[in-house]
Amino acid sequence: MRRLVFLSFAVSIFTACGTASSSKNEKEDEKLSVVEVSEARINAGKEVYQTYCFACHMQDGGGVPNLNPPLIKSPWVNGDKETLIKIVLNGSAGGQYEVDGELFYSAMTPHNFLSDQQIADVLTFVRNNFENKASAVTAEEVLKIRNALKQE
Amino acid sequence: MKNLSILLLMLVAGIFACSENKQDTPVDNQPDLVADSNNGDIQLPENFGAVVVSDSVGRGRHIAVNENGDMYVRLRRAKNDGGIVLLKDENGDGKADSDKYFVTSTGTDIRLYNGYLYYSHKDGIYRIKLENGELPENWTEETIATFPTQESGHVSKSFTFDNAGNMYVNFGSISNACQEEKRTKGSPGQDPCPELEVRAGVWRFSADKLNQTQENDGYRYATGIRNIVGLDWNDQDNTLYVTQHGRDQLSELWPDSFTDEQRRDLPAEEFLRVNDGDDFGWPYCFYDQFQKKRVTAPEYGGDGQQSERCEGTKDPLVAFPGHMAPNDLLFYTGDQFPDKYKNGAFIAFHGSWNRAPFDQAGFFVVFVPFNNGEPSQDWEVFADGFAGPTPVKQPRDAVARPCGLAQGPDGSLYVVDSQKGKVWRIFYKSA
Repeated sequence: MRRLVFLSFAVSIFTACGTASSSKNEKEDEKLSVVEVSEARINAGKEVYQTYCFACHMQDGGGVPNLNPPLIKSPWVNGDKETLIKIVLNGSAGGQYEVDGELFYSAMTPHNFLSDQQIADVLTFVRNNFENKASAVTAEEVLKIRNALKQE
Repeated sequence: MKNLSILLLMLVAGIFACSENKQDTPVDNQPDLVADSNNGDIQLPENFGAVVVSDSVGRGRHIAVNENGDMYVRLRRAKNDGGIVLLKDENGDGKADSDKYFVTSTGTDIRLYNGYLYYSHKDGIYRIKLENGELPENWTEETIATFPTQESGHVSKSFTFDNAGNMYVNFGSISNACQEEKRTKGSPGQDPCPELEVRAGVWRFSADKLNQTQENDGYRYATGIRNIVGLDWNDQDNTLYVTQHGRDQLSELWPDSFTDEQRRDLPAEEFLRVNDGDDFGWPYCFYDQFQKKRVTAPEYGGDGQQSERCEGTKDPLVAFPGHMAPNDLLFYTGDQFPDKYKNGAFIAFHGSWNRAPFDQAGFFVVFVPFNNGEPSQDWEVFADGFAGPTPVKQPRDAVARPCGLAQGPDGSLYVVDSQKGKVWRIFYKSA
């Protein structure tokens, strides 16, 4: 809850500062994409999480030892968006993604049946929850990777 | 004179008290141990006590205890560069006084057999020859068997021995239910399921031959078992017994046929008696403990009622509630516990993860009494409270999760936890 308050505060600052400063240097862009995390998207993402993710990754994102990887402070969650989006779209055979020196052997269902917006929202939620802090994911980014995977 | 009579009175009272104890006690084999306060935070039946041997040896899986009292715990994750820890209780108070971490591999099972320490990795089984029951300073590892590398699914290998020089090894399935698309809603099952050729069953090997492979030396002893973590040989009837982990996600994958409440409870976790050639039905069937029968799995056209695909499959001896993860099995042959425990089965349940959104359950050790060689359906919780006082929403919240069992030379029961590697020694106290 405190995080949400903080986020909405950050969002309001962003709004207050106006959108005129959209094309700045790279550092600014990075900051912008972090600030883009809106409460509405977070809430939408939380709903997706509660429907499709929590049964395996658990309510607190802690996962299940040996089986389902934790999302808390996960390098995969906080890392490269492309890899993360691919995991959601394709699922995983299991045993592939090491977190804190441990492997997790259960397979993950491909979640390509979710819409681009749902995937963007849930990843934005996960990247800004469970002690994670990373930039938002957009529906456009998901669509781009979905299309690229179709080419493969 | 007065003092003398008081002394005499005390002496007589003492003798009387001793003989009373003797009468209440089924056997005279109680260890000279003092239970920890609160028995190391677990609940036990009356007149049982426990000492905490060690509170954090690492991510424990199974445990073996030698005739000299040496305790070997197999670890899922290396600690101090070791995948096994040897614990020694030098002064006999039940507490470990030293630990030695060794071998580089990690894994699940560990057993003592014919003067060797055997242990499994997901892709093989190895052994070390002990010298006069002790781990030698310069130990060497021999390879008993290597298996095809398995990177996902139920990778852990558990094993046991019969009395005729054979070793029985579990090969768990990769998949949950052999669906065409893994863990995908509405995806039908592969028919036949190709996994059954090389996995989802028990394979028999020689206990002594080195460098065996599943392909060349393994004999498929039983099939249709999704995953086993606990198995033990029963010397009473010379037969293999195992505990099966049932399938997951009935309601997520088949929401039209199963509710979340049904998925919470189904299918049963199974206690199986395994004979040569037995088939227990996975992936075509699962066991419904309410209807008391195997039913066809939804991946193969089942509606939760009919049993078309289950002909010729064998039922479990005892069916437990779903998802509680029976991770070890031990037939109790000691003389320390009261008579009812003799030749009965202890089962360590690791506790569930896929009962959410309901509370998780089953972080306990169960006892299944056996009468005239047959298990009683009235199983009971023997040791409880491992998870701690608050309801468990996710396994990570459990303070401890029982995972391995062993019987000590004096008949004490050892339990190892997988969270931090707490080890309890449970014993019977004089009444």
